[in-house]
Amino acid sequence: MNKKTVAFLLGGAILLSTLPLLLVKGDFEGADAQAEALISEVAPDFEPWAEPLFEPPSAEVESLLFALQAALGAGVMGFILGQYRERHRQKAAAASKSQQS
Amino acid sequence: MIKRSQAKRYGSLGAIALLSAYLVVASPHPALAMHISEGFLPLGWAVGWWLVFLPFLAWGLWALRQQIQQQPESTLLIALAGAYAFVLSSLKIPSVTGSSSHPMGIALGAVLFRPPLMTVLGTLVLLFQALLLAHGGLTTLGANGFSMAVVGPWVAGLTYWGMSRATTKPAIAIFSAALISNLATYSVTSLQLALAFPDSMGGVATAFAKFAALFAVTQIPLAISEGLLTVLVWNWLTTYCTAELQTLKLLPRGESNE
Repeated sequence: MNKKTVAFLLGGAILLSTLPLLLVKGDFEGADAQAEALISEVAPDFEPWAEPLFEPPSAEVESLLFALQAALGAGVMGFILGQYRERHRQKAAAASKSQQS
Repeated sequence: MIKRSQAKRYGSLGAIALLSAYLVVASPHPALAMHISEGFLPLGWAVGWWLVFLPFLAWGLWALRQQIQQQPESTLLIALAGAYAFVLSSLKIPSVTGSSSHPMGIALGAVLFRPPLMTVLGTLVLLFQALLLAHGGLTTLGANGFSMAVVGPWVAGLTYWGMSRATTKPAIAIFSAALISNLATYSVTSLQLALAFPDSMGGVATAFAKFAALFAVTQIPLAISEGLLTVLVWNWLTTYCTAELQTLKLLPRGESNE
């Protein structure tokens, strides 16, 4: 896993998400709402028959919950990857020690 | 690992940039998300998709128990696959159509642990978003679960197996698995909406074309991003978790990338 590959993969993902921001004039609203709009266009008589049990009371609370989801996932990922990396390092160290003796 | 000359690499980055720019010029459409919102499927369809989805969920729970019983040491990796799906599906990434949507991160776990197990993890993500974020919903969980946690992982798994036989390059196979499973999920969502809301003039096919046209362009750059990120994590795993991947029969024994 060389540095260039990492740079290429990360750079590609970052470019793909930032270029639209720079180049497209749009409001970047979430897509669920647009799907709902299309449904009411295709089937004007349809009434949604259920409401979400809990809706984030404001955009701030919603972004908090999204951040929480990302943070939880990222925290767990970081912890596990760290565990594996350390184990890998210790194995390598043990291997080089046994070679020296 | 793919070894390519630097020139080629810059070339492909340039190609991505060009493609994005082209897509930008090629007229924005609003996009579709991968969730059907709460209450937005007629009752019959909602129940029907639940019935289709439940057996897969049961299978997934069984597979998860088997995996943990037979290889307790793989529990950490299962958590990693779940966490990866959590992170990716919380990232609302802006796309070329001037709207946002998000990737899923389902492919990694589907390749590591086979598709059924990923059904459970995908469902957990959907539940979290349905209950706390009003994103998707409980009535539509059957349909959303089927598209994201059944079709997504299976398409990822099959693509990976097919591509790794065809190319013998795991990185390419992983990339394709993530990319194609992402697009497949959205296609299924469109199909579900089209079946439930056929166009008054052209029926299901026209409705499908309408829903699919909404997301196709939006989803392509996201699917590529998801592919790139999944390859990144995969490379990391092949470097530091060789033993686990060998146990899961994803790396040949005795080969290690030390």
